[in-house]
Amino acid sequence: MRTLNVSISPHTRTHESTTSIMLDVIIALMPALGVGVYVFGWRALFVAAVCTATCVFTEWLYEKLMKLPITIGDLSAVVTGLILAINLYSTTPWWVAVIGSVFAILVVKMLFGGIGQNFMNPALAARCFLVLSFSRIMTQYPVIDGVSSATPLMLAGTGEKVNILDLIIGTHSGTIGETSVIAILIGALYLFIRKVISPRAPLTVIGSTVAFVALFTLIKGDPLSWNYLAAHALGGGLLVGAVFMASDYATTPVTFWGQIIFGITVGLITALIRCFSSASEGLSFAIIISNLLTPIIEKLTYPRPFGVRKEKKAK
Amino acid sequence: MFAKTFRGGVHPKGGKSLSRDAAIKEYLPEGELVFLMNQHIGAPAAPCVAVGDRVLVGQKLAEPGGFVSAAIISSVSGTVKAVAPHECQNGDFAMSVTVENDGLYEPCEGYGRERDYREMKPEEIIAAVKDAGIVGMGGAGFPTHVKLSVKPGTVIDHVICNGAECEPYITCDYRLMLERPEKAVLGMKILLSLFPGAKGVFGIENNKPLGIKAVVSACAGEADISVVPLKKKYPQGGERMLISAVTGRKINSKMLPADAGCVVVNFATLIAVADAVAFGKPLTKRVVTVTGDAVNTPSNIEVPIGTNVQELVKFAGGFKEDPRKIVFGGPMMGAAVYQLDLPVNKTTSCVLAYIHDEADIEPQDCIRCGKCLNTCPERLMPIKLKNAADVGDYETFEKLHGLECIGCGCCTYVCPAKRRLSQSITMAKNHVIAEKKKAAVKK
Repeated sequence: MRTLNVSISPHTRTHESTTSIMLDVIIALMPALGVGVYVFGWRALFVAAVCTATCVFTEWLYEKLMKLPITIGDLSAVVTGLILAINLYSTTPWWVAVIGSVFAILVVKMLFGGIGQNFMNPALAARCFLVLSFSRIMTQYPVIDGVSSATPLMLAGTGEKVNILDLIIGTHSGTIGETSVIAILIGALYLFIRKVISPRAPLTVIGSTVAFVALFTLIKGDPLSWNYLAAHALGGGLLVGAVFMASDYATTPVTFWGQIIFGITVGLITALIRCFSSASEGLSFAIIISNLLTPIIEKLTYPRPFGVRKEKKAK
Repeated sequence: MFAKTFRGGVHPKGGKSLSRDAAIKEYLPEGELVFLMNQHIGAPAAPCVAVGDRVLVGQKLAEPGGFVSAAIISSVSGTVKAVAPHECQNGDFAMSVTVENDGLYEPCEGYGRERDYREMKPEEIIAAVKDAGIVGMGGAGFPTHVKLSVKPGTVIDHVICNGAECEPYITCDYRLMLERPEKAVLGMKILLSLFPGAKGVFGIENNKPLGIKAVVSACAGEADISVVPLKKKYPQGGERMLISAVTGRKINSKMLPADAGCVVVNFATLIAVADAVAFGKPLTKRVVTVTGDAVNTPSNIEVPIGTNVQELVKFAGGFKEDPRKIVFGGPMMGAAVYQLDLPVNKTTSCVLAYIHDEADIEPQDCIRCGKCLNTCPERLMPIKLKNAADVGDYETFEKLHGLECIGCGCCTYVCPAKRRLSQSITMAKNHVIAEKKKAAVKK
């Protein structure tokens, strides 16, 4: 007889693994990336490939040099690379994409202890880093159909009417992955069905952003229209951010109410930036600022255990 | 009718189909039988026989060693060969009585004497349960007579029979539901006679529709006994989850089911109560499911307590392949053993042999997916508890209600990074409880 393994229960495990979850996220990102390639051309795919390859290579090299176990097999670096890519314009120079990817993996993720330990979303932190460092390059949105069109939120900001149908299909200017509402919703639906993320945070982010934008617009005394609100809800990368970044495991609260409070915080900051600052799109900054609040939000929203009474009073 | 349930929980892979349709077979062992003195929670029993004594079926081998303790009854006739420490399933040694089986199964006086429970006083019924050495047969092994002796003034309005059998693979209770439902209903009636005005409820998971049907028809015409279908979900059979599903009342670790007006007994225990009180047969046998992918013919076998597990496995056709892991109990909460030269206990519901050890997998870093706290039936924060437990921060551990953990293992099961959450938490919990006991002794 073979020697028997002895361990503490449970003796069975779910099939789900870190890799399978990351693979699900990658699959969910594919429709958005696909529309990005369709709208912006092969250059978009090139940017995505550069980001992904650099992210994976950076993680591998860091772990090799630091003599750590190699963890690129969990695919989380691929997810970081793809999320960074869908937040970049297809016209981004390759070296900017490389710098962003290295920053995301090396500075934000690995230096803080690798997967699950980063305090900010690596891809978004890298994007904000690039926006601040190369502001001219990072605001040169690409030209579509030979016409240089501003992004929907810029139009909305100047009071022009936005073509909502374009927003839904994705044929307008913007970053690679943020343009198509349909593609993002397909990805979101996949993640919800596979129970990779819960719809709590995404829905509160979208709902509270629209609500706060409406509120602030009224305060400012600007004209408020359904078209304007729809442009805010569907444009400016709000959907892609709400689905793929405000639901990030490592940097958002794990508790039920924590996720809702986090969503509202993101919505508030996004609306503040969109309405009161010179920048037209504020989601990336809103999310990484809210990431910093995550530990506090989490601490305030611990669930009350089963059967534990609020007051210490016997029945 | 909607199946009742609780919040959280997991759906571990079934495995019940292996032995679900195997009718209960009886096996009478040939070799020696070993009766461990610690088959229950509480004080070990104290042997009351000496080497060389001839013992008969139904005779007491050991008296309860305290209030929370249970008697040990001989399941065979033969000669006492040894009263000495013997290895038990956790690798520890415990006092035991070894009986050389003479194969005659000669009953002792009074064995099998039928009684009418309606003419018995409550004290007599509880004494009969105590003398029969009945303990919870689901796995925990809490002495049943202690459960039934509620503090004066406590009103019990629910007697709940735990027929959830939520652990994968185990089918012994399911077979009993199909084959002996009337006995369980009789046991329920006996318990209800102790608590006037109480309702009897059979809580059965809805993955056992035939079991539900059998019990429903067995309790037809009984006004105060009903069957509540429960949703198939682990740990539906946890005492706190079951009470919450059936009555909506929630208890914590500092409370007993009686504080919520409930008495919870396992299905097999109920049959043991009926046997002991109405038929004069103390607890000497139990049904064990022998199953797993390494077993030739997965079966449900009724064996005398004390039977060597090796014999039991042989009776189930032996192993088709050398197992890598053998578990006593279910895969979620059972205990892994390193050898099979062990006796069947009152709480041995299942012998589960795996060809591959699914749990033999390296843990990775936490990705903070939050699945552990979404599945925790106690609504705890397993990730925070593990962090506190791993660094020995027992103060934080207690502050985060770590002592409320029921050790169900859902967090470890569901973790995609394969982290050993419940293992760390259980260790810290045991440490904290031990420290508290030490402090109490010092005072």
